Amino acid sequence: MTGVSTALGKDLVGLEYLSRDQIQLILDTAEPFKEVSERPIKKVPALRGKTIVNLFFEASTRTRISFEFAEKRLSADTVNVASQGSSVEKGETLVDTAKNLEAMRIDMVVIRHGASGAAQFLGSRIRSNVINAGDGKHEHPTQGLLDLLTLRDRFGRLEGIKVAICGDVLHSRVARSNIWGLLKLGAEVGICGPASLLPRNIQDLGVTILPRIEDAIQWADALNVLRLQLERMEAGFIPSLREYNRVFGVTTERLSKAAKDLVILHPGPMNRGVEIDSDVADGPHSVILPQVTNGVAVRMAVLYLLAGGSPDWAQAGKGEEH
Amino acid sequence: MPTRLQLLDDRAIGRALARMASEVVERCGGTSELVLVGIQRRGVELAGRIRRLIEQAEGTKVPVGKLDITLYRDDLQTVGTRPVVGETSLPDLDDRTVVIVDDVLYTGRTVRAALDECADFGRPRRILLCVLVDRGGRELPIQADIVGSRASTGPDDRVDVFVSELDGRDAVELVRSA
Amino acid sequence: MSGILIRGGRVLDPARRFDDMADVLLLESRVEAIGRNLGTPPGVMVVDATGQVVAPGLIDLHVHLREPGQEDLETVATGALAAAAGGFSAVCAMPNTDPVCDNQGVVGFMKAQAQRAGKARVYPIGAISLGQKGQQLAEFGELVGAGAVAVSDDGKPVVSSHLMRTALEYAKTFGIPVADHCEEPTLSAGGVMHEGIVSTRLGLKGIPAAAEEIMVARDLLLAELTGGHVHLCHMSTRGSVDLIRRAKDRGVRVTAEACPHHFALTHEACEGYDTNAKMNPPLREPEDREAIRQGLKDGTIDVIATDHAPHHYDAKEREFDDAPNGIIGLETALGLAITELVKTGLLSLPELVERMSSGPARIFGLPGGTLAPGGPADVTVFDPDVEWTVRPQEFCSRSRNTPFGGRRLSGRANVTIVRGLVAYQRPD
Repeated sequence: MTGVSTALGKDLVGLEYLSRDQIQLILDTAEPFKEVSERPIKKVPALRGKTIVNLFFEASTRTRISFEFAEKRLSADTVNVASQGSSVEKGETLVDTAKNLEAMRIDMVVIRHGASGAAQFLGSRIRSNVINAGDGKHEHPTQGLLDLLTLRDRFGRLEGIKVAICGDVLHSRVARSNIWGLLKLGAEVGICGPASLLPRNIQDLGVTILPRIEDAIQWADALNVLRLQLERMEAGFIPSLREYNRVFGVTTERLSKAAKDLVILHPGPMNRGVEIDSDVADGPHSVILPQVTNGVAVRMAVLYLLAGGSPDWAQAGKGEEH
Repeated sequence: MPTRLQLLDDRAIGRALARMASEVVERCGGTSELVLVGIQRRGVELAGRIRRLIEQAEGTKVPVGKLDITLYRDDLQTVGTRPVVGETSLPDLDDRTVVIVDDVLYTGRTVRAALDECADFGRPRRILLCVLVDRGGRELPIQADIVGSRASTGPDDRVDVFVSELDGRDAVELVRSA
Repeated sequence: MSGILIRGGRVLDPARRFDDMADVLLLESRVEAIGRNLGTPPGVMVVDATGQVVAPGLIDLHVHLREPGQEDLETVATGALAAAAGGFSAVCAMPNTDPVCDNQGVVGFMKAQAQRAGKARVYPIGAISLGQKGQQLAEFGELVGAGAVAVSDDGKPVVSSHLMRTALEYAKTFGIPVADHCEEPTLSAGGVMHEGIVSTRLGLKGIPAAAEEIMVARDLLLAELTGGHVHLCHMSTRGSVDLIRRAKDRGVRVTAEACPHHFALTHEACEGYDTNAKMNPPLREPEDREAIRQGLKDGTIDVIATDHAPHHYDAKEREFDDAPNGIIGLETALGLAITELVKTGLLSLPELVERMSSGPARIFGLPGGTLAPGGPADVTVFDPDVEWTVRPQEFCSRSRNTPFGGRRLSGRANVTIVRGLVAYQRPD
């Protein structure tokens, strides 16, 4: 029976550490959860009695809300903890925060933190399940998963699909998770952006570098357009947002030159007029809103799969009891 | 060494289903408010067959739905590796007579989960339970209204139902451990 | 008369090209004689060195003893003991203490603490600039007069080329080297590991090799300009090794050191965000590690130094970004050097002793580094073949921050003698 060999382990830290089968399992499990969100009563008792803490060290409304819906629709009890600043600034280390949570017998922690490696750090120190909602520049696995699901919905498969990730890849955890997920599922990955915003050795991961946005538009079946942050300009990586839009912006005019109808994704929130023009974001090829819908389903799937008992328990046969 | 006994062969199943289909119509006083809901996975196939039998007999197409009860199981915390969740899709249930169809009735927990889940979709006027095999061993106060066949089994036994749509043949077998 | 007879070992004294089975007799605080079948004068302690190597005491030119200021991490006493346990009879202590060692008071204090401890010798290194702020020259004359053997702002680079030039020139007056931590700060800002494929995968900001090489090039040019002696700390990249090699060919007065972690590990040790792999300069690529090893072989890199940097468990038990840089190294250096350099056939044992004893003594003008009769009785007796497992809990250092816990190494010091007294003897 399925499930035994693809058990996810205790934590979801990143897509780099999952196998192709594990990622497929999550995507397949997300399907029935999409249906739950369409019901009049958007709730199933699957995680009833579980306590989940959303531990967000970085402000984020959309990801946190998406996780909260996912948790509540599974009937879990949720607590939001918002914390600004690093351990040093706050005076309480991540280790202490972790131990306090464990002492309160939390079942699962969803963590977003500014330091790469924070999710793994927490996961290796507490017994609760830890789900990475974004750690520094490292990974944002649930975003990667919902992007994969959205692409799979659109194309029917991921094998052989060409996806260009466009923008500030250097600082993007969304980009890294997407790269891992897409490559493992057999897609081709290109990255496109100003060279000062592309990481060293990125081609060693197996991605194609597309120097200009026009190249990406010609090459790809889908564009995943990343948000460009103001801080990058202030830190001197690019001269100005205006130039970025002029040279790299995804505009209707540029898309009109594409050989095929490109699917447009964006992790949000969008800088309309910087990396993406409004008419593209709101246009017929944009799947930005389906991404959001899929986000809740994917997160429900992840919580459901992780909240199972220890992976080395129980046999599949138990699933047939009546 | 476990022993395998055939309880019903394909013809016996065919006869049982025909009788069950006509009992369903009888107990529901007709097909006008009737909705069949099959429990994943084999209950779905059986509900499909009952629906065709009713259509042949009465000439009416009864709405049929699928219900996956995995997310409503009461043993999710202990079952270990997550069972795969199948498809749930239901027609309108409000004020209808819902007949839940499943292959085997044993502890009753599956039906309890199905009842909870149906309640989240709407408010049927009435719910009936129709099973191919009732093997006894109830752990909850649940009974089937329409039964294809009864078997007396112990806790170490297993009842396997095979349907041609999924397994290539129709049969009900009892596996007795030594 | 107190004395020690070290009997039956292989005596290695590369400074005098001596490599033979012999006994070594130490009387009071001097080497008395080396030869076969030396008799045992009355009252002399005998150390059985059968199957072991007898070398001049090892010298570490770069350690951080956290006293004054952070005595919970390490003190002069615990550091001196850890050094002796590692086979070192002398260490040079960097000045980034609190207060900074930029005046004769702190220099004197450290010497006094070392004296009181009576373990390995501790030679203070004074700061280049007051408070290590990189602005005003410290009083080199006072520092040297109080006992400093070199100057450095280590911990930090000397950003101002003008200051570095002036320091190199002024240091000539006192015949001391200026030791620089080579790091171009605008390139390295915010970086926590080597910039490469691993930092890309881990999503951590990287420090490019160029950040080190730019300052190495600058320091070499300034040494050339001034004729001063620049000592380059903890070299880590192949580009640096290359620059030094060419500068030495031109006759520039440069000496260089490399740390065991840079010839033993690569940036892959950072996988899993292990903060015990976080140091500055960071662990680099396999090609850099290879270049460091070759540099040690051909003498481009003159010495092995540990950059022993104690940190508290709590401090390292943090997100990678927030953890402090550095690992301890005194008690693993010899084992790592033998395992990674000698057992692999890259260096012979005499060459190793040159890199860890005679070389350091020579380039910093320190006593020792040789077993010449009449010289100081600083001796290390070590077993180059014994296999042991690194157990940080058993270290003499006050701190435990090492990535080598659990590692099997070959080679370990068993007896360390300083000034003719046993500073450390390994319990059986």
